[in-house]
This record gives sequence, C-alpha cells and structure tokens, in this order.
Amino acid sequence: MSFNFTVSPSFPAERISDWYIFNTWLQRSLSIPIHLELHDGFDAQRAAIEAGQVDLIHANPFDASLLVREKGFRAIARPDGAPDEMVIVTALGHPAQSIHDLQPGTRIACTNDPCVNTIGRILLEPANLSADNTIEQQKETYIQVAKDLLRGQADVGFMPVGAYHGLSSLVRRELRTLVTSDIQVIHHVFLLGRDLHSRTDDFLHALLSMHETDRGQTMLSALGASRWQAVQQEDVEFMIDIISTLTR
Amino acid sequence: MLDMPPPTDAGDVTGHRLDHADGSRRQVFITHIETPYPQGRLIVSRTDTRGIITHCNQSFVDMSGYTRDELIGQPHCLLRHPDMPSAVFRELWETVQGGRQWHGYVKNLRKDGGHYWVFATIVPNIRDGRIVGYTSVRRQPSREKVAQAEANYREWNRS
Ligand SMILES: Cc1cc2nc3c(=O)[nH]c(=O)nc-3n(C[C@H](O)[C@H](O)[C@H](O)COP(=O)(O)O)c2cc1C
Repeated sequence: MSFNFTVSPSFPAERISDWYIFNTWLQRSLSIPIHLELHDGFDAQRAAIEAGQVDLIHANPFDASLLVREKGFRAIARPDGAPDEMVIVTALGHPAQSIHDLQPGTRIACTNDPCVNTIGRILLEPANLSADNTIEQQKETYIQVAKDLLRGQADVGFMPVGAYHGLSSLVRRELRTLVTSDIQVIHHVFLLGRDLHSRTDDFLHALLSMHETDRGQTMLSALGASRWQAVQQEDVEFMIDIISTLTR
Repeated sequence: MLDMPPPTDAGDVTGHRLDHADGSRRQVFITHIETPYPQGRLIVSRTDTRGIITHCNQSFVDMSGYTRDELIGQPHCLLRHPDMPSAVFRELWETVQGGRQWHGYVKNLRKDGGHYWVFATIVPNIRDGRIVGYTSVRRQPSREKVAQAEANYREWNRS
C-alpha cells in the first residue's frame, strides 16, 4: 500500500516538477512508497481530503486548520522564511491610489484560493467593501488575474506576494500595489494523517536534515526556503485560533 | 495594574477615573489624538482565562505605546478607554466564557492618552475540550462603522 501525498494548490505551476522531485526524495529517505497527487484546484483537493485520500500534505494555513481540528492531522514542520502574505494590486493607470478610493461595484479579479481571498476581503473592509457590494471574477491563474487588470476588466486583483513577484517584470511594471498584508503569523505547514503518526520521528528527521546536502538545498530553494523548522503543536493551535477569527 | 503617567507634551488632556470589573480603580489621562490603524496588519494578543496578557505581536506593542515587557502580565483592561461602555465587555466575557466567538468595535487607550479604533474578534482557546485562554485578533474598521459604534456607545453611556 502506498501513502497519498498532496500539496495545497496555492503554488505556481512552475513548481509542479519540484514537488515531484521532493516526493522522490521523501520516498527514498523514508523507504516507504508515497504517491504524489496534485489536485486540480482547491475544490478537488478538499474532496480528496473529505474522502480520506490524503495521508500527508504540505498545506496552506486554512487547509491546515481543517486538517488539524477536524481530521486528526498533526503538523510537524514548516519551511523557514517569509510567512504567507498577499497583495491587492491595480493597473498603473487606475484612478484608485489607495483602497479608500475604491467604490461600491469594484470588480475583483482573484483565483479560488480561499486563503488569499479571505485576507484580501479583510484588507478591503476599511473601505467598506464586502461581498455584497463588489463583483468577484474568479480566474484559473494569477497571470489571468493580472491580464484582467491590464485590460481594464477588473479594478483590483488579489494575489499571494510570491505570485506577484513571479509575474514577468513587463507585467509587473504595469501594475501598482495598493496594500500588502503584514500578518506575520500564518504560514504553510507539513502535516501527517493518523496512519502516519507513528512515523513522525522519521519524517521529522528527514525534513530537518534536508538542508544538509546540496541536493536538499536545491530542492528547498526551489520551494522558497532554506530549511525546515519543527513546529510545536501549540504553535499550530495558535495559528489555527487566529485563522478562526478571520473565517467566522 | 500599571499606573498611567500624565502625558507631558500633549495639549488638551483630561483625567478620568476608571472603575474596573474586579473592583480596582485606575486614574487615566486622555487626549483627542487618534493613531491611524496600520494598513495590512492584524493586531494580536492572547490572555489567560482571567484576561491577563500572555502574548502579543509587534503590531500590538506598536499601537499600545507600551513596551512588550510592560504589557505581558498586565490585565487587558490596561487598554480600556473611558468612552467604552462596560456593557460591551460584560457581553464579551459572557460570550467567550460560553465557548463562542465575540466580535465588536473597540476604542483602545494608548499609553500616551491617545486612542485607536479596531474591529476585534475574540475566540476561546480550546485544548482537549477545555478553555485555556483567549486570543484576540483586531483588524482595521471602516470610518463609517467607527462612527456608528461611536454614536451607539455615546448613547449607552448616557442611559
Ligand atoms: C483576549 C482578550 C482581549 C481583550 N482585548 C481588550 C482590548 O484590546 N481593549 C479593552 O479595553 N479590553 C479588552 N479585553 C477586555 C478586558 O479584559 C476587560 O474586560 C475590559 O478592558 C474592561 O475592563 P473593566 O471592566 O475591568 O474596566 C480583552 C479581553 C480578552 C479576553
């Protein structure tokens, strides 16, 4: 029997092959069969979680909440480096200079990433904008979000900071940031389902020493990190308490 | 609780006496200076089950005007502004002690006598089925919502 591994679909498409390489490394390090299944979007991934088809996962903070509180998953590590932040951007020529200039009827281009969209919504609250008086236009990718802005088909776009910096400089030059989140405390975590709890120490050992080899370092930098850090259960519980205040 | 030093450089200062829920009293000084909410941030703190501050993030420290060392170990009513009706906090405590989430608009008092408005959400920290403390996460409210809350609170304070 092999274990099913997945990754929250918040990462850019260019990273897909890096996750396959990571999975191969993980299998070799632990000598257990692990099958990587990258789901096509958040809905498909949630369905797999509900169906019990996920044994280990690198999850965004919102998925991690569900997995820990409702599915008995255990968070064991997280990549060091920048926490998960997002930006609200507009086209360079758009009249809004700050979110307070945005009016009811504002068109928002975004993907269906629940994490980014929830934070984006919170950052629009000071301008009295909510789901009731804005128009949400969901796109498949962040490149399409940027295109909507450049064509004047949307007023603002929601993106993770990483995706924004991943846009070509040509595109980014035509965009302007209205606000960047500075939440500091929420980040992706690596979690094990119940069937793998007994192997926690083996996983931890493999992840925490990953940066010690050149190959490991290369994989980590592809994922935007320099090493894995162990996380304490209480740190994760704290992050989940914070997230629960954002998703009421 | 920490005493509040009278502000020295602010012009228009008035003194108030606060009667806290625990029976203690505290003299505070207020000015009319509002510190704008820092864009993009969340202001986070945690307390034990009695409301004593156990953790806070840098945004909390920055906005309160106190140092982290001054904040940790103090009761959360250190930030109580005299314009806040006590009924708001009674409801807050009833809600979170009942295991539910509370949210509302709060005007907080800074160490320098100024204030800042937040939209706060407080959740009980439940571990193994027991409440072990509370976490509060504040975000930036709109001016309209603040004006509404201000009017409501003024009304409640009068009656
Ligand atoms: C997690 C948590 C956060 C709180 N944050 C604040 C706050 O920012 N400002 C405030 O005035 N009261 C806050 N309170 C409520 C205080 O504990 C207290 O009830 C309130 O300041 C009124 O105190 P008093 O009636 O004793 O004067 C918080 C309570 C909890 C549990």
